[in-house]
Amino acid sequence: MVRSKVKLSVMSTLVVSATAFSMVSSLQAAELNVTVQNLTQGIYFTPILVSAHSSDASLFELGDTASTELQAMAEGGDIIGLVSLTDSLSANNLTNPAEGLLAPAQSAQGMLSTDDGNTVLSVVAMMLPTNDGFIGLDNWPIPTEAGTYTVYLNAYDAGTEANDEVRGSGMPGMAGFPVPGPLAPLLGEGGTGLDATIANAAVNIHPGNIGDDNESGGVSDVNNTVQRWLNPVAKVTIVISE
Amino acid sequence: MKLFTNKLRVGLVTASIVVIAGCSDSDNNEDPEIVLPAPVPYTYQVTVTNLTHAQPLSPIAVALHSSDVKWWSIGEAASDALASLAESGSNEALLSNAALFSSAAGNAPVAPGESVTLEISVDDIANAHISVATMLVNTNDAFSGVNGVDLSSLEVGGVYQRNAHVYDAGTEENTEAMGTIPGPADSGEGNSEGREAHDVVTLHPGVVTAGDGLTTSVLSADHKFDNPGVRISITRME
Repeated sequence: MVRSKVKLSVMSTLVVSATAFSMVSSLQAAELNVTVQNLTQGIYFTPILVSAHSSDASLFELGDTASTELQAMAEGGDIIGLVSLTDSLSANNLTNPAEGLLAPAQSAQGMLSTDDGNTVLSVVAMMLPTNDGFIGLDNWPIPTEAGTYTVYLNAYDAGTEANDEVRGSGMPGMAGFPVPGPLAPLLGEGGTGLDATIANAAVNIHPGNIGDDNESGGVSDVNNTVQRWLNPVAKVTIVISE
Repeated sequence: MKLFTNKLRVGLVTASIVVIAGCSDSDNNEDPEIVLPAPVPYTYQVTVTNLTHAQPLSPIAVALHSSDVKWWSIGEAASDALASLAESGSNEALLSNAALFSSAAGNAPVAPGESVTLEISVDDIANAHISVATMLVNTNDAFSGVNGVDLSSLEVGGVYQRNAHVYDAGTEENTEAMGTIPGPADSGEGNSEGREAHDVVTLHPGVVTAGDGLTTSVLSADHKFDNPGVRISITRME
């Protein structure tokens, strides 16, 4: 059985309310309060998937080719494929806790009850503006001891789309990156495009955005002083109660 | 004679020995004479190592304080005092806060690859928190440090060490332009007026430099940095 609980908290994420601990649904299940914070200055996260699943599955592996489901997330922010994939594995998912884009420096929080056997936690969300960059947590073993745990996430490149850094499509296999409303005024336009080919077709640590300082031309539609990052790009805080 | 004051109560929780004497000769004396033990000092040695390639660190700011003091929070606007440190490298405003138990300040920049060690003490407060902050001076408003680390479980001789991230104060645009950077790469102005940028503290996106496509930048490839920017090591001495 897959349960998905979404509890939105816009700004009060530093407060773990006492009521959260009363939501334990069974004596065996772990109850997780998960907060994802965007640490970057100018990168948006698309809908976040937090998944507790068995340790023999994984959403992505460094050095392996991305699944089509991961590709859809990394290129267009679409987590539907990953949700049904993990559902079929009896995972427990927290889907889209930010209810849309998670802006720079903002946090999103939600509750996740885990069933027996779902012993590891994974987190993914596309980073915008990038072609196929995503934040990733890969099979973090969920501690059995109650407490507060902090994990910092790196930026990954799905290896499925050339990093041309220009406005375009979020559809898998289509060039460019999607531009949802809030991003539109923050980006340049008319960039001629950087990389035309994929240098590494496996999941890898993202080489970072290059960008330029030309808002109406140049090689990239990315703003080079704002829409870059250094790792880590996200902080995940997990409060575990039994 | 009344020696007992509220101020000392915090320390006495752990100091534990209070000698009460001389109260048998007077039934009227409601304030028994109390001989207090000597103050219990808590002293920490703080070593900051500059891990960057070519970013001198501004003179280090170190403070002991209660859990109520927070020098920065990601997602919230920087205080004026933090903005001053992050834009100009001056630790004066940050350390002049009356709420601090005690503070220590470096007296010179810390060059890349170098370390500096400062000592800081407080009497009778076993559960002090420590903060350390310094600017990467060849930037607009980058800083690094640790933010309110709880020292209550650090034993004498114990060491707490952390490789610290580089933050962006969000108070000055990262133009890297001539005249905006106080470090030796530019010798420009420190503090800029008001809040030009996003006005929230985040992790720093890194410097772009002229060589990497920011045409107005006075910085070169040497000034690039990555996380971690500094290593901070705190040893409890007594």
